[in-house]
Amino acid sequence: MQIVSIIIAALLSENYVLVKFLGICPFLGVSKRINAALGMGMAVTFVMALTSFVCYFVYQLLIMLNLAYMQTVAFILVIASVVQLVEMFLKKKIPGLYKALGVYLPLITTNCAVLAVVLTNAQKDYSLLFSILNGTASGLGFTLAIVLFSSLRERVDKATPPECFKGTPIALIAAGLLALAFMGFSGMRIG
Amino acid sequence: MNFKKQLKEGLLTKNPVLVQMLGMCSTLAISTSLFNGLGMGVAVTVITICSNMLISALRKVIPPQVRIAAYITIIAGFVTIVDLLLKAFIPALSESLGVFIPLIVVNCIVLGRAEGFASKHGVLASAVDGLCQGVGYTVALVLICIIRELLGSGTFGGGLLNGGEGIRIIPEGYPAMLVIMPVGGFLVLGCVLAASQWLTRRMERKTKKKEAAK
Repeated sequence: MQIVSIIIAALLSENYVLVKFLGICPFLGVSKRINAALGMGMAVTFVMALTSFVCYFVYQLLIMLNLAYMQTVAFILVIASVVQLVEMFLKKKIPGLYKALGVYLPLITTNCAVLAVVLTNAQKDYSLLFSILNGTASGLGFTLAIVLFSSLRERVDKATPPECFKGTPIALIAAGLLALAFMGFSGMRIG
Repeated sequence: MNFKKQLKEGLLTKNPVLVQMLGMCSTLAISTSLFNGLGMGVAVTVITICSNMLISALRKVIPPQVRIAAYITIIAGFVTIVDLLLKAFIPALSESLGVFIPLIVVNCIVLGRAEGFASKHGVLASAVDGLCQGVGYTVALVLICIIRELLGSGTFGGGLLNGGEGIRIIPEGYPAMLVIMPVGGFLVLGCVLAASQWLTRRMERKTKKKEAAK
């Protein structure tokens, strides 16, 4: 049952972008086109799952060495190197996917949602399976939010708001309305 | 160094939140009371000053290929120090800011100043720059906090004044809870940004008129 509740929480009721306010920078920056948003979402999901996996072992090692307070430093280094490795691997082996994700990969290092997922995993003492699950589901939640928002935004950009609301302000208002819709999920709890 | 110009840039023309749109995550997430806003602002300011100074001092030693990784490590070190200090001395603040303290590591403001300023300027200038940008962030954050707290819980200075309760301005039962929820964060920040764009436009128009009159 806990598996289902983790997935529901990460996807909907505690959506990283719209409820917990994490990863807002790429959410606002890379949401002008649906294709780009989808690419970013996939890249983030992939990196989140992989870093959850790696950081689980790093965290166990830190606990063993009594260095748990160094987790922030250790995790951010893991994220940065995983992103770098993924970039190099994709470039060599799957150039098609690399081209599709290209620009968005390096940006993920500074996506606070990734670091937050890893920190949550450590804080809640998730097992290896739950860590990976939480990482994947959070990434999918991020993808869901950014794809929904980008399709809203394509419409909003064609509208004519008051002069001073043009650009980011009106996009934020649209995001607010989307968050309002996601508030409807907040009562959902399973198990 | 030109302190006045740097301060003006941090507060107005290059305000990290209102103009450069950096550090949005923390701005939206923790701006629910004055206490949170001030605490976060001061923490980010201190970290920006320290990391700016160290990075500026090491700017000739760090090889350019790995500079981002080096910057992040330095920043993460300072963030850990601040995190542990807060946990020890102001546990209430540490609890209410939660995961957003360690997340200062990936706050674009700190890394942005490291890359954009500290890597090219001297130690003292970088410290001043960190201070100005930090103050700009704090001011914008506190402004949003005051609006959201007033409309959302009807108080001013929650967690700080009046024994932590805050001064009640709107009677209980009237404030719109919605404003301190995530939705309100987006809406209030959108309106504040619109207001700042409107003000900038107006100022630009005024200076243009003055120039035309000359």
